[in-house]
Amino acid sequence: MAHSDDLTRRTLLKGAAGATAIAGLGMPAIVKAQSDVIRIGHLTPITGFLGPLGEFAQMGVKLAAEEINAAGGVLGRKIELVIEDSVNPQTASAKAERLIERDKVAMIIGEISSASALAIGQVADRTKTVFINTGANSDALRGASCNPFMFHIEAANSMMVTAVGTYLKTENMIQGKRWYSLTADYAFGHDLFRVAKKFVTENGGEFIGEELVPTDATDFSPYLLKIRQAQPDIVASNLAGNQITNFIKQYAEYGLQFPITGFGFDTAVAWGAGKGNFSGIWPLIWHHMVDTPSSKRFVEAFTKAYGKPPENQSWGDYNSLKIVAQSFTELKSADPQKLAEHLRKGAKFDILKSREGYFRAYDNQMVQEMYAVRAKDPDKMKDQWDIYDPLGSVPGPNDDLEVLAPPKDGTCKMQA
Amino acid sequence: MAFVFLLEQVLNGLLVGAYYLLIALGLSLIFSLGGIVNLSHGAFYAIGAYLAVTLAPRIGFAGAFIASPVLVALLGVVIERLLFRRFYRSDPILSLLLTFGLAMIIEQSLRMIFGAAPLPFSIPSALRGQVFLGHFIYPRYRLIIFGVALAAVIATWFLVYRTAFGRVVRAGVQNPDMVGALGISLQPYMTAVVALGIGLAGLAGVLLAPISGVHPAMGAEILTAAFVVVVIGGLGSFWGVIMAAALVGVVRGLTIYFFPPAGEASMYLLMALVLLLRPRGLLGERIQRFE
Repeated sequence: MAHSDDLTRRTLLKGAAGATAIAGLGMPAIVKAQSDVIRIGHLTPITGFLGPLGEFAQMGVKLAAEEINAAGGVLGRKIELVIEDSVNPQTASAKAERLIERDKVAMIIGEISSASALAIGQVADRTKTVFINTGANSDALRGASCNPFMFHIEAANSMMVTAVGTYLKTENMIQGKRWYSLTADYAFGHDLFRVAKKFVTENGGEFIGEELVPTDATDFSPYLLKIRQAQPDIVASNLAGNQITNFIKQYAEYGLQFPITGFGFDTAVAWGAGKGNFSGIWPLIWHHMVDTPSSKRFVEAFTKAYGKPPENQSWGDYNSLKIVAQSFTELKSADPQKLAEHLRKGAKFDILKSREGYFRAYDNQMVQEMYAVRAKDPDKMKDQWDIYDPLGSVPGPNDDLEVLAPPKDGTCKMQA
Repeated sequence: MAFVFLLEQVLNGLLVGAYYLLIALGLSLIFSLGGIVNLSHGAFYAIGAYLAVTLAPRIGFAGAFIASPVLVALLGVVIERLLFRRFYRSDPILSLLLTFGLAMIIEQSLRMIFGAAPLPFSIPSALRGQVFLGHFIYPRYRLIIFGVALAAVIATWFLVYRTAFGRVVRAGVQNPDMVGALGISLQPYMTAVVALGIGLAGLAGVLLAPISGVHPAMGAEILTAAFVVVVIGGLGSFWGVIMAAALVGVVRGLTIYFFPPAGEASMYLLMALVLLLRPRGLLGERIQRFE
């Protein structure tokens, strides 16, 4: 018995003491959670290149929790947020499990990275806990990787492309035009470029340059020289996060005049660029100038709380918690299984837009209006937040909302 | 015509080299004269950029251009007195851990004070615009960066190789005990060297803030490239760093011309190649304490 020497009484005692200490820390929280609060997990990256957006996500979800609790909570219980930084797919998966197993959260909201969203979605499926994705765009999450417990309030890449593409068509920027694109060289960028290229070529445009840009590139000057050499009609960005900030700053620095557009976008990266740098037409899932009563109330409350207007990422996390609270109230229960069924049955929600949104049962995608914006003339900006003019919303008021949703191509197979 | 475009990329690569040089120069200085591998160099670069964004609306870009590097250098004095001083003669791994921790503390502090979102900052309107030379295009601002980098290099060279100050510092690197025996206290000299190196990081921060995103992780973003330049140039070599910065700028530009996905990887390949053929870097000296 060689092993008996290693397993001394001392190590056994230490192990036991450790286990007791951990159990002691965990226990009271669980008991408390089940009695007087409803715990909601919030898991999104707040460090790394998506961190700026994650911060807006946290502001949004916190504001929603404050409003819900101020109005008396849900089913007589307060909402308690358990907020974590998801960091990367491995950490996201481990933290999702911990939120569910240890913190006993009723459901999880969050994420921006498509890879991390996939990881959390798998945990959600296995533990039968609802996860609402508020920021990951990859179409694959709504296709081959779909599952009955992962819901998407965030738009898929194909929705972003169709939204801005509709306006590009009316501006006569696709038919017969020569396009030059810069694409973030990772899963999100590749997925976005694939859908964008399909849309542009189907509508009579042509790509004369398709460049992949590593995510750690901070200097774009060699790309800008190549664009200048190619003399395209349109320059298109499929870049991500801080890349967009660097790109539009240096595009302005080199004084290139080809019109810019982009298929993926977040307002924060343009707010962070500075005066005289932002140009072009861009898609958004929501922006702070959307002219509906509920949207205006949200913008006002957010600005009061944080001293700046909400970004589109705040919209997703704010609305997700509101949707969950409303559903629990209607169901008179905080049961995760019932929540999933309720959402999939097509319940409609006010999501601060002129038409209500709903999750469609095929892929759990929120079917909703989208927006496009055009960069404002720097001389007409009222303040640092006033950087674009709304172009309007798609689909039109009389069109079916589903024209924007990803095609039902059969790749999503929900196992009930 | 293809030749002209290639030449354009090469010339642009030299401009980009100035951008790498500004960041790498201070890193190389603190390493070669103090023996400290400063992983927090990028964090001081970020502080320089945030100071520029904070100060420019009050004292103008020109004022911020002077004030931010000076303030960052003063911070360098404090850091040297409190922390670096204890690590000149110890195992490099200790200063590596120290500066790594320092970098994380600074990045998180910036996030807590200014938020994670990038802060807006632009090139001042007087410095905007482009210069056209025949077919070639040069943004006026990049030419200014090039000029400042050149001035910084000359000033640093003069200080280290042509003044009494530099002689003492270089003697201290070779034989600190003998310098002490001659009745010279090295400590104030090292404080000045670290302040200069960190101040150069601050200068790079001010200069690059108008053309790159100002966010808390901006330091971590450029640190690896700065290290690559220092390693290619040869640890401890002044001219090696300059050559390496130009080389990295040009190789990266040409790689992006022919095969863009490898744009950032090209500098690592270059580093691997240089280290294979010449392990001490282009102009590296043998440094006794590490061999």
